[in-house]
Amino acid sequence: MLEKRKIVIVGNGMVGHHFVEQVIEQQKAQHNKQQSLQPLEVTVLSAESRLAYDRVHLSEFFSGKTADDLAMTTPKTYHSWDVNFRTNAKVEHIDRQFNVVKTVTGETFSYDKLILATGSYPFVPPIPGHKQPHCLVYRTIEDLHAIERSAKSSKVGVVIGGGLLGLEAANAIKQLGLETHVVEFAPQLMAVQVDAGGGQLLRSKIESLGVQVHTSKVTQNIGKGEQCRYQLQFADGEVLETDMILFSAGIRPYDELAKMADLAVGERGGVVINNLCQTSDPSIYAIGECALWQNFIFGLVAPGYSMAKVAAKHIFSDFYASADVTEFTGADLSTKLKLMGVDVGSIGDAHGKTPGSLACIFEDQPNSVYKKIVISEDKTRLLGAVLVGDNSEYDTLLQYMLNDIDLPETPEALILPKSEGEVSLGASALPDTATICSCHNVSKGDIVAALDDGCTDLGEIKSCTKASTGCGGCAALVKNVFEEELQSRGVSVKQDICEHFPYSRRQLFDLIKVEKIKTFDELLEKHGSGLGCEVCKPTTASILASIYNDYILDKFHLPLQDSNDNFLANLQKDGTYSVVPRIPGGEVTPEKLIVIGQVAQKYDLYTKITGGQRIDMFGARVEQLPLIWQELIDAGFETGHAYGKSVRTVKSCVGSTWCRFGVQDSLNMALDLENRYKGLRSPHKLKFAVSGCTRECAEAQSKDIGVIATENGWNLYVCGNGGMRPRHADLFATDLDDKTLLQYIDRILIFYTQTADRLQRTSVWLENLEGGLDYLKQVIIDDSLGLSKEMETQMENIVGKYQCEWKTTLEDPIAMKRFKAFVNCEEQDENIVFVKEREQIRPAKDVEKLERIAVVVDP
Amino acid sequence: MSKLTKQLIEKQIQKQVEPLESQSSGQTWHSVCRMSDLIQDAGVCALINDKQIALFNIKRQGKVYAVSNFDPIGKANVMYRGIIGSVQDEPVIASPLYKQQFSLTSGRCLQEQDKALHTFDVRINEDTVQVFL
Ligand code: SRM
Ligand SMILES: Cc1cc2nc3c(=O)[nH]c(=O)nc-3n(C[C@H](O)[C@H](O)[C@H](O)COP(=O)(O)OP(=O)(O)OC[C@H]3O[C@@H](n4cnc5c(N)ncnc54)[C@H](O)[C@@H]3O)c2cc1C
Ligand code: SF4
Ligand code: FES
Repeated sequence: MLEKRKIVIVGNGMVGHHFVEQVIEQQKAQHNKQQSLQPLEVTVLSAESRLAYDRVHLSEFFSGKTADDLAMTTPKTYHSWDVNFRTNAKVEHIDRQFNVVKTVTGETFSYDKLILATGSYPFVPPIPGHKQPHCLVYRTIEDLHAIERSAKSSKVGVVIGGGLLGLEAANAIKQLGLETHVVEFAPQLMAVQVDAGGGQLLRSKIESLGVQVHTSKVTQNIGKGEQCRYQLQFADGEVLETDMILFSAGIRPYDELAKMADLAVGERGGVVINNLCQTSDPSIYAIGECALWQNFIFGLVAPGYSMAKVAAKHIFSDFYASADVTEFTGADLSTKLKLMGVDVGSIGDAHGKTPGSLACIFEDQPNSVYKKIVISEDKTRLLGAVLVGDNSEYDTLLQYMLNDIDLPETPEALILPKSEGEVSLGASALPDTATICSCHNVSKGDIVAALDDGCTDLGEIKSCTKASTGCGGCAALVKNVFEEELQSRGVSVKQDICEHFPYSRRQLFDLIKVEKIKTFDELLEKHGSGLGCEVCKPTTASILASIYNDYILDKFHLPLQDSNDNFLANLQKDGTYSVVPRIPGGEVTPEKLIVIGQVAQKYDLYTKITGGQRIDMFGARVEQLPLIWQELIDAGFETGHAYGKSVRTVKSCVGSTWCRFGVQDSLNMALDLENRYKGLRSPHKLKFAVSGCTRECAEAQSKDIGVIATENGWNLYVCGNGGMRPRHADLFATDLDDKTLLQYIDRILIFYTQTADRLQRTSVWLENLEGGLDYLKQVIIDDSLGLSKEMETQMENIVGKYQCEWKTTLEDPIAMKRFKAFVNCEEQDENIVFVKEREQIRPAKDVEKLERIAVVVDP
Repeated sequence: MSKLTKQLIEKQIQKQVEPLESQSSGQTWHSVCRMSDLIQDAGVCALINDKQIALFNIKRQGKVYAVSNFDPIGKANVMYRGIIGSVQDEPVIASPLYKQQFSLTSGRCLQEQDKALHTFDVRINEDTVQVFL
């Protein structure tokens, strides 16, 4: 039996954990190569009470994440990897002579290789009074618990330190409802990452969010307060009262252990390491925030991850003489973050310290945007950048800097607003060495190699390179590289909608339109194979409806519809349906409200106001749908198309009719829009909103089509989105009169329904449209394709054919046949069971169904 | 609750959740409806001996298929409301809840190996649709 090789890791923070992952990976690679491998024993000793968690996203704890959400691993995972671990096991002694470490619990562990991944702790300046109970720090989950407890009995909170972490901490206590102050010793915020101009803007943005900023303040004493618990006394004689103090004045490496073991330690702390991450004792390594490399401590996670990889590879090469060795050669400290909703980016030499460097600055005060680039003396290289208020150029700028890419003739174009001509960098312009994912240090070359090794979809690329599995910030770039690379190999990124048709949605649309195809069968006969499926059938139905707007449940179209369209209602988890009558603009008479109440009462439906300004009734059985709709239609309601890929709601505020600020009649416009476009079938659902003034109570800028009143008419916004990936709508045209507004919307909607992909919202459609917003403007406003007349006629045709599908259905005996639980009898589905909660029905859970049966059989 | 009652309940649940545990004895042809009661290229549901059976009439094949109506993944009686399709020439029905596909010939779920629908023989006797169970 071969003796075990022992690796002991002190500290299970983000970097310590990453090291474990690297070891497991190396081990797998070894197993693939060699038969008999000397077995490894990996032991993790953690001072904290839990295994590694995501410190970078610590602040999300205050927006609802739990310790479990933040966890990066679980005991189960470590067990499955055969990794020993101890929590609450701080290491207090290293015996280098016998290669043994000892924990506070008295346990000892021997090692062949020892890894110090002890990280760092928050520095608390020794101001008199700093040890009082509500003086806290921000580093661990336990710290967060303490902050939460303290906040319960506090009204005012102060963060000492206006750096990156300080501002994050300030955001956290603000979220906890405290009056929040930031006290900074330097004359500006985030002095490390941004320059004075950026700092100024950042300050005003943060102040506008209600956080008070005090710069150039030296705290001398923490005394007893008069209104609050404490009083901060500053060197300039001023004071500030507060109930809680959070110190965020920098970090200090945990290097006590190394000092006691006589390892080389930097003058101002940090365990000295070489390029292989070895300390002055070659069998002991230090990685992450406790390590001092070339007199520098990296306070970010990405360099720590690189160190973990270097150390793991080196240990394997020593144990098994086979793995490749790499060196740690420093790391880029560029950062991109969102602080209290404010974008901040800092790249390379942000302060322009390089001799001879030049700066271009763009500042847009009305929109609170500040951008600066620092370029080399010969104007060919980007050295650094500062972005505040808008990070959209961050990725491109970073690539320029990291990869030494030649700057364009007019480098200032890189930060000027987009309409001045787009100069963002395509993935194909990047060299193979370009870092795409900095969290996992994945280069463009790594992604290309993964493709060569047979990864065929994005998911595989992610799992085999780990790209975009860290902070996720690089996801768009990873996708771009992947797709451009596929394309450059002549592999067309497959656009076929399914196995039955070798066409994209757009191609199908053209085929149907040009050949005047009227049914799915005809299309399948001419251009497809097999029986079709749940992808191509509803797509075809939607295209047919967009072009002809025929009744969707006629004999030919019915089998194509998704079950929601098929029953003109939204299917719920238990097989029942919901009913949403249209309430245009959210305006409803008391009489109609009463009808909804009566119908819901009669059929015992669960009733809820939706997020779209209307009322949803849940729990209707399939056989009840026609009865319910008959009553609603008799009272003057129409279908709300909540089930369709079609126009949903036009949300509106009350506008100038009631509101003292309104400048146009937004409600009237909303009604016009909703009545004009209701029933229009499209690739995905469409949502509109109209606001009566710039206060924007209808949230038009998050809709596919948003209209905001101005003194002179209407501003039109397009392609906004809420949902999974919110997108702010783009301003498309300003001060339009009613007629032009409708004209533009007609054209945009037709252009979208003709060219978008299946289930592509307008937001994604625009982002993928070559030429983007400018191109869309050319087509719609300048009529560059000469299509605008045709598009308007097309829309008139659809608008003219509107019918309430429920009304038509109630009159159609064939369609009505489907609204029955069983063809052969009048029974009901027994598996649909409701219980009452808060005085309304809801679907019963499995155990509740069991109890119900218990009542039946256990009299 | 007595042990016996509990067993009884479990049986009941079994019946609801897994309504088609095949009974070996007493199988026979049941007349369900007329051909014209079926919907071309879509489904209807029949209740036969307390069991819900989804029937699909595929025009192109001139064939009628019968499977259990209970969606074993979504856990609701909804299969007949799905969309008919084919995967490499095998006729399938896609669940309207979460869109998994089930073979209409074998009942097997194409996405989750361990899930399946029960399948039944169907014949058309003159104009009457008959199912064997
Ligand atoms: C009922 C409602 C929630 C509520 O209780 O308030 C709702 C319910 C559903 N939403 Fe929604 N959404 C509702 C407002 C919204 C909103 C808010 C809004 O419209 O102002 C949004 C974000 C805005 C947006 O769409 O841009 C919203 C974003 C989504 C999305 C994500 C879309 C996206 O682009 O990311 C989906 C999923 C999808 O459509 O694929 C979705 C899908 C659904 C579905 C259809 C899920 C499903 O397939 O069962 C739900 C139907 C329930 C039903 O039976 O009616 N719902 N949903 C709201 C109905 C509004 C209405 O009157 O029609
Ligand atoms: C609020 C916050 C936000 C941040 N945001 C970002 C960001 O956006 N981007 C970024 O790159 N970085 C960010 N960081 C920094 C990042 O979290 C650190 O760089 C990273 O966690 C360092 O990892 P580490 O493993 O070296 O140290 P740590 O994560 O601190 O882990 C060290 C562990 O070792 C334990 N330990 C110490 N001494 C001993 C001992 N003697 N025995 C046993 N165990 C011991 C400690 O208790 C700790 O659990 C942020 C940090 C904080 C606090
Ligand atoms: S948010 Fe999700 S769960 Fe809630 S209604 Fe919308 S789709 Fe359903
Ligand atoms: S850069 Fe963070 S995941 Fe790629």
